Amino acid sequence: MAQGFVGRSAAEMAAALRSGEVTAVELLRQAIVQRDRVDGRVNAFLERTDELAETQARAADERIAREGVNAPQLCGIPVALKDVLCLQDVPSTASSRIIRTFRPPYTGTAVQRLLDQGAVVVGKTNCDEFAMGSSNENSAYGAVGNPWDVERVPGGSSGGSAAAVAAGVVPYSLGSDTGGSIRQPAALTGTVGFKPTYGRVSRYGLIAFASSLDQIGPFAQTVEDAAHVYSAIAGHDPLDSTSSASAVEDPFETLRSGVEGMRLGVPREYFVEGLEAGVRQRVDEAIELLRSLGASVEEVSLPSTDAGLATYYIIAPAECSSNLARFDGVRFGMHADEPSLLRSYLSTRGQGFGAEVKRRIMLGTYALSSGYYDAYYRKAQKVRTVIAAEFDAVFEKVDALVCPTSPTVAFTQGAREDPIAMYLCDVLTIPVNLAGLPGISVPCGLSDGLPVGLQVIGPRFQDARVLRVAHAYEQASGAARLRSPMVAEAAP
Amino acid sequence: MSAAAAPPREIEGTGYEAVIGLEVHAQLLTRSKMFCSCSTAYFDSPPNSNTCPVCLGLPGTLPVMNREAVEKTVLTALALGCEIPPFTKFDRKNYFYPDLPKGYQISQYDLPLSRNGRLVFEVDGREVRCGITRVHLEEDTGTLKHAGDLIHEATSSLVDLNRAGVPLMEIVGEPDLRTAEEAREYVTRLRQVLMYIGVNDGSMERGSLRCDANVSLRRVGSTEYGTKVEIKNMNSFRAVHRALEYEIARQLQVLQDGGTLVQETRGWIETENRTVSQRSKEQAHDYRYFPEPDLPPLELDGQYVERIRARLPELPDARQRRFQSQYGLSAYDAALLTASREEADAFEAIAGSGVSAKLAANWMIGDVARLANAHHLPVARSGLGVTGLSALLRLLESGAVNGTTAKELLDELYAAGGDPEALVRDRGLGQVSDEAALAAIVDEVIAANPQVVADFQGGKEQALGRLVGNVMKASGGRADARLVNKLLRERLAG
Repeated sequence: MAQGFVGRSAAEMAAALRSGEVTAVELLRQAIVQRDRVDGRVNAFLERTDELAETQARAADERIAREGVNAPQLCGIPVALKDVLCLQDVPSTASSRIIRTFRPPYTGTAVQRLLDQGAVVVGKTNCDEFAMGSSNENSAYGAVGNPWDVERVPGGSSGGSAAAVAAGVVPYSLGSDTGGSIRQPAALTGTVGFKPTYGRVSRYGLIAFASSLDQIGPFAQTVEDAAHVYSAIAGHDPLDSTSSASAVEDPFETLRSGVEGMRLGVPREYFVEGLEAGVRQRVDEAIELLRSLGASVEEVSLPSTDAGLATYYIIAPAECSSNLARFDGVRFGMHADEPSLLRSYLSTRGQGFGAEVKRRIMLGTYALSSGYYDAYYRKAQKVRTVIAAEFDAVFEKVDALVCPTSPTVAFTQGAREDPIAMYLCDVLTIPVNLAGLPGISVPCGLSDGLPVGLQVIGPRFQDARVLRVAHAYEQASGAARLRSPMVAEAAP
Repeated sequence: MSAAAAPPREIEGTGYEAVIGLEVHAQLLTRSKMFCSCSTAYFDSPPNSNTCPVCLGLPGTLPVMNREAVEKTVLTALALGCEIPPFTKFDRKNYFYPDLPKGYQISQYDLPLSRNGRLVFEVDGREVRCGITRVHLEEDTGTLKHAGDLIHEATSSLVDLNRAGVPLMEIVGEPDLRTAEEAREYVTRLRQVLMYIGVNDGSMERGSLRCDANVSLRRVGSTEYGTKVEIKNMNSFRAVHRALEYEIARQLQVLQDGGTLVQETRGWIETENRTVSQRSKEQAHDYRYFPEPDLPPLELDGQYVERIRARLPELPDARQRRFQSQYGLSAYDAALLTASREEADAFEAIAGSGVSAKLAANWMIGDVARLANAHHLPVARSGLGVTGLSALLRLLESGAVNGTTAKELLDELYAAGGDPEALVRDRGLGQVSDEAALAAIVDEVIAANPQVVADFQGGKEQALGRLVGNVMKASGGRADARLVNKLLRERLAG
């Protein structure tokens, strides 16, 4: 079968659907063929939802026939969902053994909003267990290979969602970002990854890792697609009290406005020791390009950046130690039958959780313990406030920040066994979550044949501005968007 | 409020006094649960039927605050004279138990919805002022059914989450109480207030009102507290009283024997009439409280609080005092009539319908209360209703019927309902006050009872009662008793 749409953007697919060049059912078939062709090597999919997708694709074709150009932008377009997102009656394992059998009786809000548009779900994607990790190696169902080099990691925790887009299976996917879990894998796989402002996208139906940091967002081939997905999923949800009631700006009003006259800040502290030379070079070039487009660029300082990692590794584990308490074997998921309640808890959780999840539960339990709360959790909250205030101060002077997304390109699987070394992957993305800001990673070329990501960060609720800067760079960078070898194989 | 506010009350002749503080949990009468739209009417539902993904704690679900629960907690706090700080937040209380679906309870820790209130009441004519430390809002847990008494001895346990997530207020009292009697009265009065303002159904049996106590003993005059013991599982007013009497005696015995008390949690075993140790201080949980990240803090501005304050009804204490002054009732009668808001409302409606307050009070406290108990039906919801009762008492007061007839009609109509005026008319139950007609009956009775007449004339005053009774009987109970009395005396004097 012709695989002409593998690696194409959602916008291109949407146009082809409306012109009658292709049907949603054909797009789905191509997605399934590509998925099944690559996934033995990539392992991006935990659950294939072909029957559901078939029904959705047929309904989408009817809707497009009926509504024509008025059909929603994402109608009939294949999508993959990170396995922490609940879709009714489809297993949602969060890549954990402990809920291998869990089928949520409900669909989360962000996913439902895609379904309302006529999205076609081809499967649930692999990730680090409960979204805890930066390499996708912490999955109970095996690591994910990077479509650029399957020996390398795709980043994490949303590695499967990133890989599914990078391998050309789907034009876009949903992930979640608690400390960089969308942006970092986007950088490592040559895709666009967008984390909206905290509170912009409902978390209802997202299996929680750290409630005050988690945010759902898209992976896409293009910034334009990311903006479309954002428009579809953003907005207040009465089921999530932390979702903002303020009106969502239409990102398309400014998406193509360029950066001329914009003030861009380059945070000095983000060009850290450990930043690979190749990454630095690509990012410097990208910043130069933005300057050439008429933006003014100035160096700024976010002095507490180096405290971000420590702060994050108190707050996130503290919240996760509580969020994951519900996995007790009583109502759903794994249950180890034991003669006493305590032993049942110990066995269920002992066997059900992986090493990294246990490590974080223990860190968080300790940080919240009586006598340690003030020294750890309370202090971390204070530092978090300082970090957010430093961003606020910088955004008095500049409109957006530009910097690397990840200090390195994709590394080899198994190369980072030390947890601290792994935690350093997110040193450039974590402060954004702590401050609740919107951040995007957009591909800015290759280093040693592997993708590099440029991160754009904006003030809270200036999601449209972040998309605008990323779009300006993407359009001007000239180079066609990065195509992984797996896309090239399928659609030479 | 501090313990110093309460004068020392020595345990007779021992040199010790008991120090008691109560924690009351009261389920709120809201339509839906605290954080989801499930009904709060869980009690008679089949196990686990009154649940949804949110109150089951399924992965990915989030809590949404019930505004009605916040309002009713504010109303309660205001009724108890608490301050409402402008900023309050929710916290997670973390512990594992099968009746706690999320592995944490959403509660309030360091910034509760209200603080610094009081409850003032009388015990044996003495005023007791008990401080209220705080009233905060949280969610209830589910329930467990064990195949044994205690979970660690049970062969199996069943979890029912129908109750999980029902809004629950925790009302923490200061350690200002000194006797079991004061503690029982505190709970009684608190329950009365909660029911008056319509936030709780007051049922200790069903567990919608629950009480735990902290008890310690100290030397009279000491300002330090003794070792504190927490008592749980007191499911009635009687249990509160008996458990505390037991516990005070137990602690006294230990101290008098020269022993030391251990800080622990003890459970009241109703059937054995004693408390038993459940958990020592060393086994106490570290709840790892931290701010609930899924719920934004609440800012309750002054206007909001004042709008709720305007909804406060007259509280039982104030109403009792007003009943005394406005209706000239005794303190005792006023207390009885204001015990529940429904009865007090009924009394005022009757007294306002042209019936004298004295008569209305006597009937409400006497026969109406008797029938309300017998039928488990307050008069306002009885067949007769407040309107019917007013009509009946007006008939009595105007002399249209006598007391005997009125009581018979009350018995007949209380549950079944009916129009007393129409019945009196249709059945000819009107009081006979025609002197000529009554005189004839009186003469017959005198003639038929020579011995009783002789007794009366010989000085036995009670004998007159028997003659009156016979006349009443002969008149079908309709005779005007005062007139009968007068006629008998006139005739027998001659």
